[in-house]
Amino acid sequence: MTTATAPAPTATAPERERMGARAVRVLTRAPTQVVLIIVALVWLIPTIGLFLTSLMSAQDASENGWWQIFTEPGLATFDNYRAIFENDDITSSLVTTALIAVGGTALPIVVAALAAYAFAWLEFPGRDWLFVIVIGLLVVPVQMALIPMFSLYNDTGIFDTVISLILFHTAFGLPFAIFLLRNFFIGIPKELLEAARMDGASEWRIFLRVVLPLGLPAIAALAVFQFIWTWNDLIVALTLARETQPITVAIFSQLRQFGANLDLISPAAFISMVIPLALFFAFQRYFVQGLLAGAVK
Amino acid sequence: MSSDVTAAPPPAPAPEPARGPRGERLRPYLTAGSFLLPAIALLGIWIVYPTVWTVIRSFFDRAGDTFVGIDNYREIFTNDTLLKAVTNNLIWVAVVPALVTALGLIFAVMTERISWSAAFKLVVFMPIAISLFAAGITWRLMLDFDPQRGTVNAAIASVVDTVRPPGPLTGARPAGAEVVQQGGAILLREPLQPGQAALLGLTAIRAAEVPEDAVQAVQPTAPPDGIAGVVWRDFRPGGGEQGVVEPDELGIPGVTVEIRGPDGATRSTTTAPDGTFVFEDLEPRGAYTVGIGSDTFRRGYGGVEWLGSSLVTLSAIIAYIWVWAGFAMVVIAAGLAALPRDLLEAARTDGASEWQVFRRITVPLLAPVLTVVFITMLINVLKVFDIVLAVAPASVQDDAAVIALSMWRVAFTGASDFGLGSAIAVLLFVLVIPILALNIRRFRREQT
Repeated sequence: MTTATAPAPTATAPERERMGARAVRVLTRAPTQVVLIIVALVWLIPTIGLFLTSLMSAQDASENGWWQIFTEPGLATFDNYRAIFENDDITSSLVTTALIAVGGTALPIVVAALAAYAFAWLEFPGRDWLFVIVIGLLVVPVQMALIPMFSLYNDTGIFDTVISLILFHTAFGLPFAIFLLRNFFIGIPKELLEAARMDGASEWRIFLRVVLPLGLPAIAALAVFQFIWTWNDLIVALTLARETQPITVAIFSQLRQFGANLDLISPAAFISMVIPLALFFAFQRYFVQGLLAGAVK
Repeated sequence: MSSDVTAAPPPAPAPEPARGPRGERLRPYLTAGSFLLPAIALLGIWIVYPTVWTVIRSFFDRAGDTFVGIDNYREIFTNDTLLKAVTNNLIWVAVVPALVTALGLIFAVMTERISWSAAFKLVVFMPIAISLFAAGITWRLMLDFDPQRGTVNAAIASVVDTVRPPGPLTGARPAGAEVVQQGGAILLREPLQPGQAALLGLTAIRAAEVPEDAVQAVQPTAPPDGIAGVVWRDFRPGGGEQGVVEPDELGIPGVTVEIRGPDGATRSTTTAPDGTFVFEDLEPRGAYTVGIGSDTFRRGYGGVEWLGSSLVTLSAIIAYIWVWAGFAMVVIAAGLAALPRDLLEAARTDGASEWQVFRRITVPLLAPVLTVVFITMLINVLKVFDIVLAVAPASVQDDAAVIALSMWRVAFTGASDFGLGSAIAVLLFVLVIPILALNIRRFRREQT
């Protein structure tokens, strides 16, 4: 950003020169500013539109665009939100979503941290091959597992349970989690681990006392990432559960009557966005780190 | 996870301690195994086993007890709906990764020149946090057909209607046999001669479109050298007779009436509050066509049918780009920040234009990052599912379908055909394998 301007050649009016250069720079940047302001608006408007629509009754929303709220503030009401929070289907789906997301974040992190430690710091034959396989699993589409897992879950009686959804998310979150953590763990200075080994610490102790604390930034990044990922899932819950509905599935079941159910769909969709957005804003740095480290999921 | 393999550690006199003493050859396996077991179990049961199972299942029929060879695969490429899904996915693959990467690059480079780049990045990156499903719903709302509700059509309509405003009488139709509609205009069937009266009766005028100053219509009397007429709402409660000015029928003021004379010249005038108009000084024996031009009846902009069968894929793609462009921008911006500044500055001092710097230095140096973004998007786009399900109304899901969506619909709705569903899943898998190979190669190279 900081372009050091060369000292003005004429000593008579260096101040004026610099101001001139600055004016030129501002002017040449004006089109960029305008374009980016328009782009930013285009990116903001859909979310704002959804929120304002969620404040209108189904009747009003079928006749008016959300922008009319600005001229007719009377269109806005919180009735939809009141109704949503009194709707047991929606509230229980929010609880289900939270359970799945928490479990589907904690479990893969624990399992992946263990595996990542082995891949990064334990010597064993076939290690690299195994790791290549894990990377390979990274791109397996969930569609490959839906049908057999649907059958298996039904046969074992765990179909339609929160834990079965958590396990599914855990498995499919693992390759990325292992990949990310292993790459981070391997950057931990070797001397630290060797010093601990020389002191007679067991691998478990090294893992718990040295690697985990040092790996916290990566684990945090992964946690934000995985939480948002599982929170936003639709296809897994849609396929492997019926009564156990996360919020996305609950909204999906209303989708057939899009216009008529807009007073339920739009606030529910907005609520489903609030938690991931809050996490995103709060932990933006970690989120970006997670993305940059992997950029493959 | 609970297995405790930590025996007393070997005393480590040498600075190279990792290898245990003889007789403990199994030790590395045991330690590593205890760390890896949970992961291997989960990956094995939830990914490896199902993958093998699905591949095998794809060669069996719907019920799963008859081996059908490659019939399921043949079905994918002969069934119209499935073929449509494959073609749609090809469109996604051809358009989206390139577009998202390009947009990300453009945004990333542009944000380097503004002071509020952090805010801009936050705004554009934000949609990545919300579910693709919710993003789809958001855009379904944006792309609603009705310009009264759909934001995009409303925006287009406000531009179009400013450039070409809709007429004052959008829905009006001719009343009576003497008045006809011709290419948007409404005119008298027979040309008139000076001295005659023009009765331009209209029906189907919405109450809101009748101007407030309208008064009872009046039967016109033409001067000998001119044509007089009336434009009125030829309708009253109870019906009335068409083509006749009757009580309780309002004249329509402010309508532009045109006549065309024998020489082809056109004149126009505007109606009075009682709907009357008059043209004077006309050729005594000429035949004049009298009518109201099409501008009066032009409808407001109707809107683009974004969610109709032909545009729905484009709409889903728009929503998808809205979600992912920020990802591309952030990754590329990080790559941009790591570029050697001196090199860029040196090129600028040597007189290279901004475009040359961008084209000859920035882009080539960023190539690895751009490749990562492109490949990531390629994988994502092959698996696209939620956003199509949300954006496409049920009636056009066949037209919008993509491979992942068809797999789900074939296997878990309607026919519940697990054989065909498995085959579609395998097709999806096969399509990502080359990308997987690429990923592994890249990893291998990084290792060495």
